[in-house]
Amino acid sequence: MTGGRHSRRLVPAYLATGGRAHPSRNHLDRLTTLHAACEEIPVGLCPEQRGVLELIQPGALPLVDAAAYLRLPVSIVKVLVADLVSAGLLHARPPIPQATGPDLETMEKVLDGLRALKS
Amino acid sequence: MDSARSSPDPRYLAGTDQVLIKLLIAGPFAVGKTTLIRAISEIAPLHTEEVMTQAGALVDHLAGVKDKTTTTVAIDFGRLTLPNNLVLYLFGTPGQRRFRLLWEDIAQGAVGALVMVDTRRLEESFEVMDLIEEAGLRYAVAVNPFPEAPTYDADTLRDHLDLHPGTPLVLCDARSRGQSLDALIALVEHVIAHMHMEPA
Repeated sequence: MTGGRHSRRLVPAYLATGGRAHPSRNHLDRLTTLHAACEEIPVGLCPEQRGVLELIQPGALPLVDAAAYLRLPVSIVKVLVADLVSAGLLHARPPIPQATGPDLETMEKVLDGLRALKS
Repeated sequence: MDSARSSPDPRYLAGTDQVLIKLLIAGPFAVGKTTLIRAISEIAPLHTEEVMTQAGALVDHLAGVKDKTTTTVAIDFGRLTLPNNLVLYLFGTPGQRRFRLLWEDIAQGAVGALVMVDTRRLEESFEVMDLIEEAGLRYAVAVNPFPEAPTYDADTLRDHLDLHPGTPLVLCDARSRGQSLDALIALVEHVIAHMHMEPA
């Protein structure tokens, strides 16, 4: 945990969301995978929404990575993403089945993968 | 290994169908969380800045001016891609109860936690261990051996930390990729052992 490494953003966070504090979709997670649902970015988006779409145009990213690269709080990015998904401009996929979490088979594969890195 | 990497830019995921697994690297300030994440991550550790009130509430509608009742907490994280479309995400997690809401948001969906301790200030890891236990998460404890820190035998440490006999306790120099991987392996083995005992 560290703090204050960067100067403050120029645009206050509340402007990026039109003053709304809570995303319309609460299922969004830090590890929700974002990928583009549009070939071209339409006009009329706010700069932060455009920033999300530009960032993920070359490839898929988890929501938390997008927040880090855009230097916006995760809570703000959730609002932006929810709106972009609603508008059909963005796909958002949960990291794992939310209700159950990773199963035993998945965790065995994680273990195998970690052990392979040691050899 | 990765098949058909869709983007050569290492910032991006290899595909849209990957399974992302969340692990917490928890512990007090300056215990080595970011050092361990850096040792393991395939990307330079990233961070998000989270705005909190002093009371610990997550705030996301600030009027742009940081006043004395709010504080910014940076959360470091890193990534490790494994075969079989798996990607591990390691989140450095603050240990203070006053960051409870932030803690709950980060811990959501995590499969387990590695608790890092410094033997000069064991008690500073108690709070985060309580939070992890309350969240029902499995954890392993990693002692980061700072040069000037006292060394204790495992039994003494277990006693001081009040560890369950089944909870792994490992030595882990957070600067060492090998030792950090070993600590994660101990954690994942522990998680798997409990999945065997408590089939979902």
